[in-house]
Amino acid sequence: MEAYFDNAATTAVFPEVRELMMKLMGEDYGNPSSLHGKGVQAEKYIKEATAIISAQLKCKERELVFTSGGTESNNLAIIGAALAHRRQGKHIISTTIEHASVLATLEFLKKEGFEITLIDVDSDGILKLDELKAALREDTILVSTMYVNNEIGSIQPIQEISRIIKAHNPECLYHVDAVQAFGKLTFSPKKLGVDLMSISGHKIHGPKGSGALYVREKVLLRPIIYGGGQQNNMRSGTENVPGIAGMGLAAKLIYTGIDEKMEYVKSLRDALVGKLTGIEGVYSNTKEAPHIASISFTGVRSEVMLHALEDKGIYVSAGSACSSNKPHVSSVLKSIGLEADRLESTLRFSFCETNTMEEVDYAVEVINELLPMLRRYVRH
Amino acid sequence: MDYKMFLIKYAEIGTKGKNRYVFEEAMCKRMRARLKPHGSFEVTRAYGRIYVEAFSEYDMDDVLEALGTIFGIVGICPVKVVEKLEFDEIARALVEYVDNEYPNKNFSFKMNCRRNNKAFLKGSMEMNADLGAVLLDAFPELSVDVHKPDIFVNVEIRDVVYIYSKIIPGPGGLPVGTNGKGMVLLSGGIDSPVAAYMIAKRGVELEAIYFNAPPYTSERAKQKVIDLAKLVARYSGPIKLNIVNFTDVQLAIYDNCPHDELTIIMKRVFYRMAQELALKDECQCIITGESIGQVSSQTTQSLMVIDLAADKLPVMRPCIGLDKQEIIDISQKIGTFETSILPYEDCCTTFVAKHPVTRPKLEAILESEAKLEGKLEELYASAMDNIEVVYCR
Repeated sequence: MEAYFDNAATTAVFPEVRELMMKLMGEDYGNPSSLHGKGVQAEKYIKEATAIISAQLKCKERELVFTSGGTESNNLAIIGAALAHRRQGKHIISTTIEHASVLATLEFLKKEGFEITLIDVDSDGILKLDELKAALREDTILVSTMYVNNEIGSIQPIQEISRIIKAHNPECLYHVDAVQAFGKLTFSPKKLGVDLMSISGHKIHGPKGSGALYVREKVLLRPIIYGGGQQNNMRSGTENVPGIAGMGLAAKLIYTGIDEKMEYVKSLRDALVGKLTGIEGVYSNTKEAPHIASISFTGVRSEVMLHALEDKGIYVSAGSACSSNKPHVSSVLKSIGLEADRLESTLRFSFCETNTMEEVDYAVEVINELLPMLRRYVRH
Repeated sequence: MDYKMFLIKYAEIGTKGKNRYVFEEAMCKRMRARLKPHGSFEVTRAYGRIYVEAFSEYDMDDVLEALGTIFGIVGICPVKVVEKLEFDEIARALVEYVDNEYPNKNFSFKMNCRRNNKAFLKGSMEMNADLGAVLLDAFPELSVDVHKPDIFVNVEIRDVVYIYSKIIPGPGGLPVGTNGKGMVLLSGGIDSPVAAYMIAKRGVELEAIYFNAPPYTSERAKQKVIDLAKLVARYSGPIKLNIVNFTDVQLAIYDNCPHDELTIIMKRVFYRMAQELALKDECQCIITGESIGQVSSQTTQSLMVIDLAADKLPVMRPCIGLDKQEIIDISQKIGTFETSILPYEDCCTTFVAKHPVTRPKLEAILESEAKLEGKLEELYASAMDNIEVVYCR
């Protein structure tokens, strides 16, 4: 049996999306900037994707910029906002549990003379709001937080954060990395009071290399890629038509019956967490998001458990996939105050609507078998 | 500038007496194989020399890289060929050659002509004088120094005329396959690929063995070793890599032996397995990357105790007297360093005791190993029966 529980890393592309993309690569392969019919046709696909996503986010079509994925969206939002508003100030606030594409971008800006404040989270993985209040300054131009945390699934109170920021200074921009929230929760950046929001295609059964940034009307950004002036000069380069169309269709499909889907996904997650935490020395660090379970198997290093599960056809993640090619201890888990024995032994199981209860039962059975064996051998 | 020909210089082969042609042919064979993907080339032995002649377009960097991996070659000289045996033609070609090769003409040179073709009427001495004058006329910044020139300009008059002056250093050593075969223990670290390279450099063909320990080691660790074997194979020729699933044996040792002796006992089993496979595949030695004092299992006492596990074959340890930095320098030169430092655990690092023994006593180790009796044999045999073989080229 195979059980893929790594859907927060990436997902299988929907068959309908694959089909559409094949067509866009083989037949309707035009460049949207071309004046002839093939170009017009390609442009239509982009318009369609734009319509779907803007309807979902309840935003205007011209408020979307398509990018190569979550990382680029975060880069464009943060670098773009920082460069456009550096005359108003050079102070940026974020949190300690952000994705590397936010933290590394902030690190870059720090070297360019910006001042960065990272706010801590509480044991629930929620940003400490009074610390945020205290950190906001006259010259704070941007606050960036994630929506759903990729390792433990904590959900930030976006609306509340926005209110705090805007009460302090209506001009200060708020960026939200919603990569793990899009396709799971239903939300609108406008209603949440968000100025910039990053989403990604491959986390919702769309293709890798697709993503978008919501840029609220009248928010000034400096582009980070220059060239032919596509997408209103915000992101030059021939549009990735198959990727954009694929992401659009994936969004449409994933949000059809989303409430039932997430209820189902949550039931799978809860079943797994419930059954596993019944085992001695197994703890859950799982938070609100329906699709993410974070579980510590004390006494077994996470990498060893991961490979042992892999051998049985069960695919999970140790830390977050994007950073597990360098052995490190997760800063998110550290931030919520986990002790060393749990830090080193935590795995992430992340679900999607095609997972089944049989897969969950199989995983529980396998883990019950493996744990006693693996616990015998401890690295000193 | 395009060269139609390369003159290959080699050193030690010349001293091998009657076997000389065996060495030369082994080297030519490797050269043909390595050059094949880069164009149409002919490798010939003539006048006690080896020539590579190009019959198609080629990329100079690719060819130099390919030839730079062939043991036995000490130098590669790109040669300009002049078809017509006429002085004016030779002089014109020489001027063009020097102009192209040396943008900065502030150097001293010495002409070094050899006239093997007596049909050409000017003698070597006369040619030296005349061609030297031609160069000095063309480039007044040049100077002649017959004792310590910066550059020797070689002109050889045979059926055609060869002009060359640059010698690009090759790796040296002896052609692979002229000195038997060895079984190298590859771990995925920095040292073992260097050891493999050093022994292959002396003409020894390679086979390799890797001890895999899933789930304690990952698929990526295994792939890393395959990648390293492929990098070494550029020099040594194809390597048969034997991947042994060592987990059960390792756990048996863990369960039955003192933990501070784990590494020593494990390595003794490595040696036994390597020796068994080496004898089966007709290797004459075992090769490891050990260097005295680098880690606890490489103290002289530890090495002695481990070494005694291989009772039928010698263990070659070419890195034995090298410092870590010296080993790193070689690994960077041969291009294995970047792969070696990828952070995947191998089975040597998975179960390391906090304070492993550094002065093991053979009697104590034998005593500990006795505890494995009746428990290890089956696991050992099963590991040896289920070896995964990957051919790395």
